[in-house]
Amino acid sequence: MNKGVVLAAVLSIVTVAFVVIGTIWPGPSALAYAGGQGVVHSTATPEAAVANLGSQIQSQAWSKAYASLANKGQFTQTEFVHDLTGFYPGLRTYATLDKFEVRPLHASDNEADVQLKLFWSTVVGISVSSRNLHMVRNGDHWQAKWPIEKEPVVPPQVIPVNYLRWDVIYRGPGDDWGAQDVEEPHVRIVDMHAVQRADGVVVLGELLNEDVVPAYVSVNATLQSKSQAAIATEGSFDKISHVLLPKQVTPFLIRFPDVSLSDVGSVRMTPFSTLIPASADPVIAIDDATLSPAPDAYLTGQLVNQSGQVVNVAHVLGTFYDKSGQVVWVADQYLDSALLPQTPAPFSIHIPEDLARRVSSERAVVASYIAGGPR
Amino acid sequence: MKYGRAILLGAMALAMLHQVFPEGGLTVPGTVTAGSAFSIQSSGSGGATLYITGMGHFLKRDVQLGQSTLFPAGSIYNAGHYLVVLTGTGATVSSAFDVVPASEPENLSFLARPSRLPVDLHNGITGALYVFDAYKNLITVPKPVLFQLSNPAGATEARTVMTRDGAAWTQMDSTSQQGMDKFVARVDDGISSTRIVGQIPGDPCGLKMAARESGGKIQLQTDPVRDCSGNAVPDGTIVTFTESDKGAQSTVDVPIKRGVAEAELPAHSGATISVASGVVLGNQIRWAR
Repeated sequence: MNKGVVLAAVLSIVTVAFVVIGTIWPGPSALAYAGGQGVVHSTATPEAAVANLGSQIQSQAWSKAYASLANKGQFTQTEFVHDLTGFYPGLRTYATLDKFEVRPLHASDNEADVQLKLFWSTVVGISVSSRNLHMVRNGDHWQAKWPIEKEPVVPPQVIPVNYLRWDVIYRGPGDDWGAQDVEEPHVRIVDMHAVQRADGVVVLGELLNEDVVPAYVSVNATLQSKSQAAIATEGSFDKISHVLLPKQVTPFLIRFPDVSLSDVGSVRMTPFSTLIPASADPVIAIDDATLSPAPDAYLTGQLVNQSGQVVNVAHVLGTFYDKSGQVVWVADQYLDSALLPQTPAPFSIHIPEDLARRVSSERAVVASYIAGGPR
Repeated sequence: MKYGRAILLGAMALAMLHQVFPEGGLTVPGTVTAGSAFSIQSSGSGGATLYITGMGHFLKRDVQLGQSTLFPAGSIYNAGHYLVVLTGTGATVSSAFDVVPASEPENLSFLARPSRLPVDLHNGITGALYVFDAYKNLITVPKPVLFQLSNPAGATEARTVMTRDGAAWTQMDSTSQQGMDKFVARVDDGISSTRIVGQIPGDPCGLKMAARESGGKIQLQTDPVRDCSGNAVPDGTIVTFTESDKGAQSTVDVPIKRGVAEAELPAHSGATISVASGVVLGNQIRWAR
């Protein structure tokens, strides 16, 4: 009992002591987040000035960041903030800046070019964007000219949409036990195989909704040893387009970290499907998708939202095939800003170098999310 | 739960009495139809108490020995074995009788699966029927059941199956025509139950598109999309248009609307355009303008 009281007293005293120390002598990053002075104070060099700007963006000190710019007369603070966080709600709107990198590109006595690489922490992972800043000397300090990307303007127009959606009425709780319920959508795995990667086994393939109703789908895989014992079970998580319209095909990818393919005797696949209300809109086209070859292999292209609604989150899934038409890899990219109607937005999906050499063709699909659901 | 335990304890007590005292002075019917009126005759004179217990029922009547005790319709309606005990000033006597389901079907439970399936599927539809009387007792006496599947065009597939232990089942083929089919199960040419089975088109067949230039772009439109039986593939089905040109590829997934799929792709001379839906490929066009 006495020991417990002593321990509680010691812990209390130590806690209070740490709180006092942290308040009187806060760490630089804590101070920055608390809205005090940033981590970097100097603007004596172009790199230091950009680092200072990065710190202010990281701590969301928008007024200080805007005030430090050399060309702030060309745009408002609101436009500056929207340029960073998005004009419409998207992944970036709810993201925080995890870290940033500063890389000098060119410098003279009075001017310099510096690249600011921003690593945004979004709900689906890190999203990277970079800006090349032109720096100008103003007395004994440097200021950045922010390359503002103004809000894209969609011309006023009427986009006719033949409204097409599915609603579902399920059986009621008072129905007789023999009463029918709506049938779940029929889905089928049309391609699947497991491959060995450096970090473990990856199961990839394609899933088809062969029904005439929309389906919410996901896929689970269980690796089994040669003695049919289960090694591990994993799901496709977000490496799949979860909403499949009739006859739509989605790729899927399931990772099994730290598992060796040589230990695997068989793979048991379990596709799930649930009937859901859905809309056939928006239609998003993928224009000019191009495979750039290894070693720096990418699938690049543009998304064009052909509907009249703003798509808040667009998720591009690329399926890559070899010459025989077998899936060799599945990769994806989230667009961190909203997809406006009729406004092309670029995407770029990285392909591992060793696989890129085997890729002969590709197919991309887009999954979309609209805040509040399609209207 | 509380009542169930009380009934069970009562039944056990009565059974013990039944073993202790000799049987006699009680005339019960051999079987009683569920829900029907019946009477129990006792012999002797004076007052006594009559208990009937079994299958969720517990009845108690004060009776005059030597008279007939009438139980009106609806007194006992659960099929099963019942114990009758008569106790009074003298010896306790007991007997038993069975309550059997009414022969007239009044309730049907019809399980038809699936509620939606592709056309032209052999034995794709399963129907199982359970026949009950008015009190939801399973009628175990064999009954003829007519299963009838009819599509909107009037074509009918019918099959008669006898129930066995209260149930009958069958399998039916889906027809080649899409639509909402009526699946009817009828017992004894009387009571029936109906389910709706949606027959949906199969994969698109002979998918074909045409292209024309429109404002610097290629306007693509399919012919009306049908399956191999000529059924229109429903609106909302996804059709994929793909344009390949000098290593670049443009793709768009569009839903069929009003029977056809339409899309607009960039016009590149020499481009190859293909169309597909699910795993079905359509024609290819080479754009040369």
